[in-house]
Amino acid sequence: MASPNPIIDVRQVTKRFELKDQTIHALAETNLSISKGEFVCLIGASGCGKSTLLRIIAGFETPTSGEALMWGKAVSAPDPTRGMVFQDYALFPWLSVRENIAFGPNARGLPRTTVKDTVDRFIELVGLTKFANAYPHQLSGGMKQRVAIARVLANDAEVVLMDEPFGALDAMTRERLQDELLEIWQRTGLTVVFVTHSIEEAIFLSDRIVVMSPGPGRIESDNPLALSRPRDVSSPEFNEIRRVLGAKLHSHHGKKAA
Amino acid sequence: MTVIDTGALPESASGKKPDSLWTRLKPLTLSLIVPALLLAFWQVATSLRWTRLIPKPYDVAEMMVDFAVGGIVDDAFSATLHIHLLASMGRVYGGFLLAAAVALPIGLMIGRIPAVRMLLDPFLQIMRPIPVTAWLPLSMILFGLGPRSAFALVFLGAFYPILLNTIFGVRSVDPKLFEAASMLGCTGNAQFFKVVLPAALPSIFTGLRLGLGLAWFVIVVGEMTGVPQGLGAVIMDARTLSRTELVICGMIVIGIAGYISDRIVVMIGNRLLAWSPQHNG
Ligand SMILES: Nc1ncnc2c1ncn2[C@@H]1O[C@H](COP(=O)(O)OP(=O)(O)O)[C@@H](O)[C@H]1O
Ligand SMILES: [Mg+2]
Repeated sequence: MASPNPIIDVRQVTKRFELKDQTIHALAETNLSISKGEFVCLIGASGCGKSTLLRIIAGFETPTSGEALMWGKAVSAPDPTRGMVFQDYALFPWLSVRENIAFGPNARGLPRTTVKDTVDRFIELVGLTKFANAYPHQLSGGMKQRVAIARVLANDAEVVLMDEPFGALDAMTRERLQDELLEIWQRTGLTVVFVTHSIEEAIFLSDRIVVMSPGPGRIESDNPLALSRPRDVSSPEFNEIRRVLGAKLHSHHGKKAA
Repeated sequence: MTVIDTGALPESASGKKPDSLWTRLKPLTLSLIVPALLLAFWQVATSLRWTRLIPKPYDVAEMMVDFAVGGIVDDAFSATLHIHLLASMGRVYGGFLLAAAVALPIGLMIGRIPAVRMLLDPFLQIMRPIPVTAWLPLSMILFGLGPRSAFALVFLGAFYPILLNTIFGVRSVDPKLFEAASMLGCTGNAQFFKVVLPAALPSIFTGLRLGLGLAWFVIVVGEMTGVPQGLGAVIMDARTLSRTELVICGMIVIGIAGYISDRIVVMIGNRLLAWSPQHNG
């Protein structure tokens, strides 16, 4: 993974949250370098710092020490080049699907006709043309998450950071969105950092699975997947990887409990 | 993908059968039961002379006709309804608009700027429990006997609900929306107009609705300050003259005017806040 020119480079990052009566050591020294076009999953027990790491890359949190770089430049604030997809969608409820997707391009002051073309393209990409004028409360969870994905893509994100984006969806919707996400990723050459706690989801999606463990949060192992695409969840290879990764994840739990 | 699958919005796409006559008449019928019972009780109580001080419904109805178009009693109050109604409406809407014009910016600032909050919030919290009636003497000293005093009291009545709901709306914006806006490139002051204001709109709207309701609520107190015209003035004068049927007419007109003005506000709100699932009342 040691790419000479990574798009994202997390260097010796640590994170402590100072609360009134205690300090939470969310991340011990963490290094992670991601190449352009990679699909990386972060997986691990809850509380092991996955969201914190993702939010540091996004620019929502500043590291206590170390730094996160994008194309070699330190991340200091959120930026449209790093789009975030939240588990609970975080759509603007007062804007229609079309207006939600247009929010970023408008905020950046792009010309009206450019915005319209862009929005049309991405509404179509995520299959919501018929719902362009619906408001978020009229949409199902899967549709909301499509809007959330479309709005970061329409805003020229190079890196899409996804924090358990499909965690709240039913199994069928989730599988459909996984397929759609892979298709978009393969078509566009995006870089995706995807947090999940489902081993199957991670193996189905990623080029690389980063296993994290808690107390304090850290990267336990970094596992490239040499599995051809499209992947078959019922294949022996898939199951073998699931077995190995499952063992890795559980050994950390064991260590923590001991 | 379950909520909508027809391409139209849910309300129109739900495929409901056309409403039967009863489903359409049910709300109206139910809403008339309590007033009808009250009217019947009133009629019985006055015909059986349980009280001699309350006029019969028929006398009130007659008075109302005279108050509106004249031709029955033909005194100073005949056919003056519109004059008093317009005078009261002027004070209600004037005081309300002024209250909104002051409460909205202050509420937005208290909600968003910690220094302003520290400066104003304790003071306003102490002022707030003082009822409008308690302000009456001071208001008459400050603004004199007359319309200005009435205006000031309506202002006070409408001010706090607008202020408090604006503060609440501004402070309860989902923090995730600020993160979403900033990763999409909308930062700093632009977030105020693109995120805070629209997100707070339902609360602000609730505040305006409550404020307008309270403006009608306090109009009688406001017009106790010796104004010559207005529904409150009619009620006070009629009381002095022991014309209880006219007092009741004034009450009914205030109730109906307040109700109509509330329905109009709600209709505007439903249109403006079509995106908000809570606002389809
Ligand atoms: N804003 C915060 N303030 C205080 N503690 C936090 C904050 N965010 C996360 N933490 C703590 O940091 C640790 C890691 O959290 P998180 O990154 O959310 O884990 P994960 O996403 O893997 O479940 C947890 O113990 C959590 O309670
Ligand atoms: Mg998390």
